[in-house]
Amino acid sequence: MIEPAVEVRPDLQIVADWIAPGTRVLDIGCGYGGLLAHLVREKGVDGRGIELRRSKVNHCVAAGLSVIRGDANHDLSLYPTGSFDYVVLTQTLQAVEEPRTVLEELIRIGGHAIVSIPNFGHWRIRLSLLVNGRMPVTEMLDQPWYETKSIHFCTIRDFLDLVDVMGLTIEQSVVLTSSGKPSPAPATSSRANVWGEQAVFMLRRG
Amino acid sequence: MEHPISSPTNPLAACPVAVRNGGQPLPGHVLQLDDSNPLPLDCGVDLAPVTLAYQTYGTLNADRSNAILICHALTGDQFPAEPHPITGKPGWWETIIGPGLPLDPNRFFLICVNVLGGCMGSTGPASTNATTGQPYGVSFPVITIGDMVRGAMRVVDSLGIDQLFSVIGGSMGGMQVLKAVAAYPDRVFSAVPIATAAHHTAQNIAFHEVGRQAIMADPEWCNGDYQLYDRQPSRGLAVARMTAHITYLSEPALHRKFGRNLQDRDKVNYGFDADFQVESYLRHQGSTFVDRFDANSYLYITRAMDYFDIAVEHGEGSLAKAFMGIKTRMCLVSFTSDWLFPTSESRAIVHALNAAGAPVSFVEIETDKGHDAFLLEEPEMFRTLQGFIDGAARARGLAQ
Repeated sequence: MIEPAVEVRPDLQIVADWIAPGTRVLDIGCGYGGLLAHLVREKGVDGRGIELRRSKVNHCVAAGLSVIRGDANHDLSLYPTGSFDYVVLTQTLQAVEEPRTVLEELIRIGGHAIVSIPNFGHWRIRLSLLVNGRMPVTEMLDQPWYETKSIHFCTIRDFLDLVDVMGLTIEQSVVLTSSGKPSPAPATSSRANVWGEQAVFMLRRG
Repeated sequence: MEHPISSPTNPLAACPVAVRNGGQPLPGHVLQLDDSNPLPLDCGVDLAPVTLAYQTYGTLNADRSNAILICHALTGDQFPAEPHPITGKPGWWETIIGPGLPLDPNRFFLICVNVLGGCMGSTGPASTNATTGQPYGVSFPVITIGDMVRGAMRVVDSLGIDQLFSVIGGSMGGMQVLKAVAAYPDRVFSAVPIATAAHHTAQNIAFHEVGRQAIMADPEWCNGDYQLYDRQPSRGLAVARMTAHITYLSEPALHRKFGRNLQDRDKVNYGFDADFQVESYLRHQGSTFVDRFDANSYLYITRAMDYFDIAVEHGEGSLAKAFMGIKTRMCLVSFTSDWLFPTSESRAIVHALNAAGAPVSFVEIETDKGHDAFLLEEPEMFRTLQGFIDGAARARGLAQ
């Protein structure tokens, strides 16, 4: 049996809503396969996953999902151009070695790249750094600086700059507050960069 | 080398398996291909007559959609789920075949064919050449993994099965799985190649060559005609098996099992007896192997593995091209401590399948048991297989 989605992360719900039924989806860093299982079950997508952690890969395959062990830093070049309709990378861009290269690869492989990022510009992080003078440890970024996998922090505004430099088009965007609710503020607003704890984007070239 | 012919009508030559089985026919079924229906081999020979011995478990459903072909490894046979007819040992894959297990005969119709070139009832070098009335010996044509699969598919044809629900096997069995997918993509709905590779590496070939040379260096081999002279190159075959057996295990597994423990003695005896337990174990492995396996079959089957190269055979040298357009759902499994068919070999296949757009899963199982892990108690592998097979069965519309 495909097990029910174990993740109920709000960004994943948004991703799931954006993806059209019956399409080809590659989920990079698919974890326990919650999003993939949901998409396969509810939307009939041809879903594939890549996951670094062996135990998670094995969990996915045991749940009947097409998942391989691999990582965003090394294995994306193996996929042919345009081989998927959507390539999904949730909460992972800040942890890859070369975020820009990875983003290029997502766009190359899929017509649409769906990316969610934690916002380092969130007010709580700003306040924590201002008051404590230490690298913030929050619920989303829950490791101290010497242990965190997140090596390329950015704010929503930083991310928008990169999208601009790369000449990408934002097709969809949603900013989520710390309660997990979508913020009415557009992603491009200064308010979003303060109140948004994370943001989800759907991008394409040109 | 001259050898006196003890008996030209040596019963070993007539039916070597039945002789090894105490004169009794083997359990299971046979498919006979006569001169009007030869098996074309990759080497160009049309082989006939051909006997293919096979065993089945479970029942074929009404729309013939629940058949699974189980492919055996180098020294395996068509009895994965029942006591071995000659040795009486448990079937080689009883760990995953049975009610409630991933390959459940209550759900699936399981087929296992003794490979062409084998020595458990299928035509091989020990069989009688109809033209000469004598055992083939090394006049048997050199066979390939492709020939084995072609033979197995004849059995599948004879059972009226158009598409196999799945093809599964480890090691050389995994090679047959890959071959079946590349050669018959529309006839294989899902496939599970375990602990295998798309070709033999130089190291793989090297170990096989040591084994072959051990057999051929045994004077009892008689240039391959040992059956005519009523002899057996047992020592050569045993050494081949001992060498190969080391490659099936990992160093940690050997250490855990034997360490430097001595065999039935308190101190070394400054001689060449089996002082160490590991020596005694290997000698036992070698000596029991010769009772159930034919030396020439060992030469032919290892050769078939050496020749195997699916990228060359189906993709003009490109593995991705070999699998282009394939719809077969595939699940590859490797083991962390397998140095004979290491994870990197499975990963290369996975990369090619990804590039070809084929639906592929890949798990690496953490174990210290080495290559042989695919035959052993590996709960994580069982869970993976169960999940993959259940998912594929749903996609195929098979009831749970």
